[in-house]
Amino acid sequence: MTVDVENLVRRFGAAAALDGVSLSLRQGEFAALLGPSGSGKTTLLRILAGLDFPDQGRVRIAGVDVASVPARDRGVGVVFQSYALFRHMSVAENVAFGLRVRPRRYRPPEAEIQRRVRELLELVQIPELAGRYPEQISGGQRQRVALARALAIEPQLLLLDEPFGALDALVRKDVRRWVRGLHERLGITSILVTHDQEEAMEMADRVAVMERGRIVQLDTPQALLEAPATAFVAGFLGEATRLPLYIERGIARLSEFGLDDIEIDLADGEAVLFLRPHEVRIEPAQASRAVVRFIRPEGTGGTRILAETGSRIIEGISHAELARGDACRIRPVSGTVFHGDGTTHRWQRQEAWAAG
Amino acid sequence: MSATRPAVDDPALLRWAAVTATLLLALAIFVLPLAAVFAEALRRGWEPALAAIVEEDAQAAVRLTLLVALIAVPVNTIGGIAAAWAVAKFDFWGKRLLVTLIELPFSVSPVISGLVYVLLFGAQGYLGPWLQANDLQIIFALPGLVLATVFVTFPFVARTLIPLMQEQGREEEEAAATLGAGGWDIFRRVTLPNVKWALLSGVLLCNARAMGEFGAVSVVSGHIRGQTNTMPLHVEILYNEYMFVGAFAVASLLALLGLVTLFAKALLEVLAGRRIGARA
Repeated sequence: MTVDVENLVRRFGAAAALDGVSLSLRQGEFAALLGPSGSGKTTLLRILAGLDFPDQGRVRIAGVDVASVPARDRGVGVVFQSYALFRHMSVAENVAFGLRVRPRRYRPPEAEIQRRVRELLELVQIPELAGRYPEQISGGQRQRVALARALAIEPQLLLLDEPFGALDALVRKDVRRWVRGLHERLGITSILVTHDQEEAMEMADRVAVMERGRIVQLDTPQALLEAPATAFVAGFLGEATRLPLYIERGIARLSEFGLDDIEIDLADGEAVLFLRPHEVRIEPAQASRAVVRFIRPEGTGGTRILAETGSRIIEGISHAELARGDACRIRPVSGTVFHGDGTTHRWQRQEAWAAG
Repeated sequence: MSATRPAVDDPALLRWAAVTATLLLALAIFVLPLAAVFAEALRRGWEPALAAIVEEDAQAAVRLTLLVALIAVPVNTIGGIAAAWAVAKFDFWGKRLLVTLIELPFSVSPVISGLVYVLLFGAQGYLGPWLQANDLQIIFALPGLVLATVFVTFPFVARTLIPLMQEQGREEEEAAATLGAGGWDIFRRVTLPNVKWALLSGVLLCNARAMGEFGAVSVVSGHIRGQTNTMPLHVEILYNEYMFVGAFAVASLLALLGLVTLFAKALLEVLAGRRIGARA
């Protein structure tokens, strides 16, 4: 089912939780809404589910404007952050709920409901828990019940609101892959709300990064890492060192960080340079202000180094033998520059110049 | 752990003193007067006490009391659920005012509550002439008694439910809505089952108070023996006429009704606790 959101605005009092959000998802896509708390991602999810209503803008699900369609008629499956299981019902009764409340004409006979519940519990791999109550099962099991309950109504759109937050780290990784696999098998469109960038990047086809009620970038995880649209996105995703600098006549002075100046062909003014660890080379040096503080092996070859220079910690990769406490030279080879004038640029070290 | 020790270790003497003082106080203000009521009723043996209860006017008072409770309690159950539901699950203009209003019967003297109805519906009241013209009697009749009782006992159900429903939040209801449930289904299958034990306890308290209410009912009753006298009013009349055995006999019956209600409530709480405990 496709999802089209156009210029959505939702205000709570004077504050805008959503400030002109537009979004378009393809059938069968797995999208993530990623942002810090208060960025509006849960509000957007609630509006899609029909639990909240926008002050402006339009939501179309499968091409149909749902402005006047209440939650009960949307057929959108929702897994809530706290799971919101019905505490006085058994697991089986929870899963059967969506079938039992159907209007009589569409309600399957009891035997069929039982069969469907069994099927769904097998799908989420907890058939043995059918008779238990929510307070008798673990967090991970509750989450599976919540998922089975949402899937019982055969939704074409599945909304997941921070569904892994209550799970411990070990379980979380498995459950993520399993949910993603389920999504592939069922072929439904899914939207995941999360503040965990690792989760979003691992699970989603495309990630919408939200900041203060707006989507600042909607792209594949790869593109987000390689070409972040704003300094916020760059800072929020992946690991990066952030260096504020001033460009003057094509040169950015980095000496205050103990780094060599770099050549950046941009207009004069303030800017921010983001360096991913793999964009920084750490080399042994004789006399230097930079000191190796932390070393750990990197799977792809070389070692990951945290180097301290001035008051800053810069993360990079080294192919040479370095020990903790060694003096070192920090050499950025590429990075992303967010210029004060609002433009974004990739910066690449010109080797000829660097050699000189 | 074999022995459980409280984290806060109060001196034994202090603990002992606090417990004793509480027990003595409870004995003095709850148990002794209650025992005195029964003792007074039985001072001349069972027979006079029983005679005072089966006597015609006393029987009329018992019937009237039960009838008033039978009407007032369901009305307040439905009203209380509606109020609690509105307050806990929805945001609307004037919500705070509503919550304050629900407490009004607790903060205003029952006598005043009764007087308000006299002022409204009495012969000299605002609506008196119209009621008389249409041959409707509210004050000094059953409708007045029911109105006064409903007013005084309204907070019991609502006040028991509101904190519980607020604590439970709206998430389960929202989940039910996304699963296709309509308002009535959500209420019947999700909201109500989640509060049923609290609801029963609130209803029982409401019932106990409805049967025992004196002040407001006294003002609107008119004290017509055999017609508009409820049990508490009947007790007062007998007492004022120096018929102590009769007064205390009827009072004992009334106290028994209250005690039965209270024990039913306690039993419910034990049952509810066991149900939850069994699942944990």
